[in-house]
Amino acid sequence: MAAYMIVMAGVTYLIRVIPFTLFRKEIKSERLRRFLDYIPYAVLSAMTFPAMAESTGNPVSGAAAALIALILAFFEQPLIIVAFAASAAAYVTNLFF
Amino acid sequence: MNYFAKGLKNGIPIGLGYFAVAFSFGIMAVRAGLGADEAVLISLTNLTSAGQAAGVDVISEHGSLAEMALVQFVINIRYALMAISLSQKTAESFTVPCRLLGAHFITDEIFAVCYSVEGKLVPRFMYGVAAVAVSGWTLGTLFGATMGQVLPSDITAALGVMLYGMFIAIIIPPSKKKRDVLFSVVLAAVLNIILRKLPFVSSGLSVILSAVLSAGVTVFVFKGEGEK
Repeated sequence: MAAYMIVMAGVTYLIRVIPFTLFRKEIKSERLRRFLDYIPYAVLSAMTFPAMAESTGNPVSGAAAALIALILAFFEQPLIIVAFAASAAAYVTNLFF
Repeated sequence: MNYFAKGLKNGIPIGLGYFAVAFSFGIMAVRAGLGADEAVLISLTNLTSAGQAAGVDVISEHGSLAEMALVQFVINIRYALMAISLSQKTAESFTVPCRLLGAHFITDEIFAVCYSVEGKLVPRFMYGVAAVAVSGWTLGTLFGATMGQVLPSDITAALGVMLYGMFIAIIIPPSKKKRDVLFSVVLAAVLNIILRKLPFVSSGLSVILSAVLSAGVTVFVFKGEGEK
């Protein structure tokens, strides 16, 4: 068990620490910089869709939560408001559908 | 307000979302035969949902250590991309010891919050965000592992979407302002919905492929300020 846990934590840490420590110089290529700018938003989007709709075990409540979150985020509400509203939407929708 | 306090404030939604997700991880880990202490230690030393869930699968199936290493590498390699992006954003005060510590806190959400601050990133801001996030992640795992079976499933299901709500709150505002970001975000979602249907692509790999393809295509579809 200890060996599993050391490998898990070790590999995960190395993936994070090596690039974070060694890439100190600014990247000159504008294309590469833009690529790196898009990555986090693209990752979060791919993690959310379609997983959000599937996460509640009920596609209707998952989709309702996504819709509420999209509307509130469009009006630039704070993260915490968007998150709680999505959660409440999922709970309420789940009661009826 | 100082940087650490600012970080704490920005970390609150992450901590709450993490608590809910870690809670379900705790339940899953104990069901797979791990002790609550082991589940908490894994959360503290890994700080990543997909990697931990996959790791617990490998443990419960008595997979080899090489398999464990490969699974972690494939699922978590996106953090290397985020670490490179974040290293472009760090202030002078981000010395090597700060980087050795800060690297552990690079998760999708902490990254997104740290990357979206105005100006350069200082260590204390990141530590503030991480303090709340790591607390939520670790405590959530502890609660899930020890008393998760008590809560009804409709409540845990509703809590589970909080994190996705946060993701949406992070990606929508920049998508409104920049058409290239909007393009990249929509393309990544569409690609992932398609790739997930393929039988030989795991969900972690599908997310990575979708994000890299989407960002790559967006670079060539849109022109940067200094590009011809």
